[in-house]
Amino acid sequence: MGLLQPLADGGKLFFKEEIIPINANRALFVLGPSLAMLTACMTGAVIPWGDVLYFGDLPVSLQIADINVGILYIFGVVSLGVYGIMIGGWASNNKFSLLAAVRGASQIISYELAMGMSLIALLMVTGSLSLKDIVEQQRHGLWNICYQPFGFLLFLICAFAECNRAPFDLPEAENELNGGYHLEYSSMKLGFYLFAEYINMFVSSALMATLYFGGYAFPFMDSLGWSPNLITIAGIAALFIKTIGFIFFFMWVRWTLPRFRYDQLMKLGWKVLIPLALLNMLITAAFILWTQH
Amino acid sequence: MNFWERMYLPAIIKGLGITFKHLFRKKATVRFPEEKRQFSPVFRGLHILNRDEEGRERCTACGLCAVACPAEAITMEAAERKPGEEHLYREEKYAARYEINMLRCIFCGFCEEACPKEAIYMTETFAPANYQRKGFIYGKDDLLIPDPKAKA
Repeated sequence: MGLLQPLADGGKLFFKEEIIPINANRALFVLGPSLAMLTACMTGAVIPWGDVLYFGDLPVSLQIADINVGILYIFGVVSLGVYGIMIGGWASNNKFSLLAAVRGASQIISYELAMGMSLIALLMVTGSLSLKDIVEQQRHGLWNICYQPFGFLLFLICAFAECNRAPFDLPEAENELNGGYHLEYSSMKLGFYLFAEYINMFVSSALMATLYFGGYAFPFMDSLGWSPNLITIAGIAALFIKTIGFIFFFMWVRWTLPRFRYDQLMKLGWKVLIPLALLNMLITAAFILWTQH
Repeated sequence: MNFWERMYLPAIIKGLGITFKHLFRKKATVRFPEEKRQFSPVFRGLHILNRDEEGRERCTACGLCAVACPAEAITMEAAERKPGEEHLYREEKYAARYEINMLRCIFCGFCEEACPKEAIYMTETFAPANYQRKGFIYGKDDLLIPDPKAKA
């Protein structure tokens, strides 16, 4: 059936010849993909993959770090990811790599703004930056998508741009340009860039599921009368189903939409998404104020 | 474009719907080595040299196929039939050597059309594989079909 083909495709990269261009800055050339991979993996630390599992009396939280600024942490780490792209593109000492890196970096920075502002509206609703709190709120109430449908749409669009996925995959428009910022990379260093991208896609899917679709919470989970461990395991399954749904959506959009032109991309980011995110934020704030009085 | 069209979202959703519909369509692809697509009756694959009903080679080495060949892939050497070889060759002249370079051949089928003796035919076999170029020069051993009498 070829189920192991993706694994073989990834593992093969270890055996490929490793080329560091003679004029490249060796240290930075290696740092680039490492940084990209590191930041991609770090984001997973604050996402609650499930509730608490009990081994006997020992509770094990399925979230690596429940920090009270979880969302800020994710944003900070994701912003660091730009350095991976920028350093890699610059250290290659190749004008095409550099151009692609600049293209990628400016895209990611532009869309981060709109993404952040669409999240601010959500934070006003939840009143907490901890991802665990946000999930627990959704567990006992409605999912946040009901409060912030428009904010979710903005977040979704920005997530596509942040992950360099179609229709925003301009940093490496593989069928139009001769490669992206990883033009000079080979072997597992190229693999790191590619895997970092896929991990980012997975993490942003998990993040969207956590922030807007209840994370590990699923309907009627507390009225089923199951044992806590069973509910936790079902919750993990629920989160992964949601995440896979989003990944499917990422691919689905890739099959459907053609790529943006770069000026259209910038116009959409700065002239459409940021004002809309601001508007969404204002309306949410006004609504919250209005309900308080 | 009016405002609704400029939002793009309805059009995007429509497009997503179309791609989703295609997920459930019958696949256009064939899992090739295991499954093979039906060829058209005029498919032009690798050549064979035919024999007549009595198992004698039909080719008389007239060279018309080599002349017709636009890729100049066909070479042959004629020889005269000796007494006692009547069961091997149908006519007095036959091809002692007959080679087709499959790397040169463009599978146009002109040789098949040129042949006055109905000796050369193109089959449905295709995509030969070999480790060396010389393996693609098919001689009489590769081209001649087995003797129908010998099989029986």
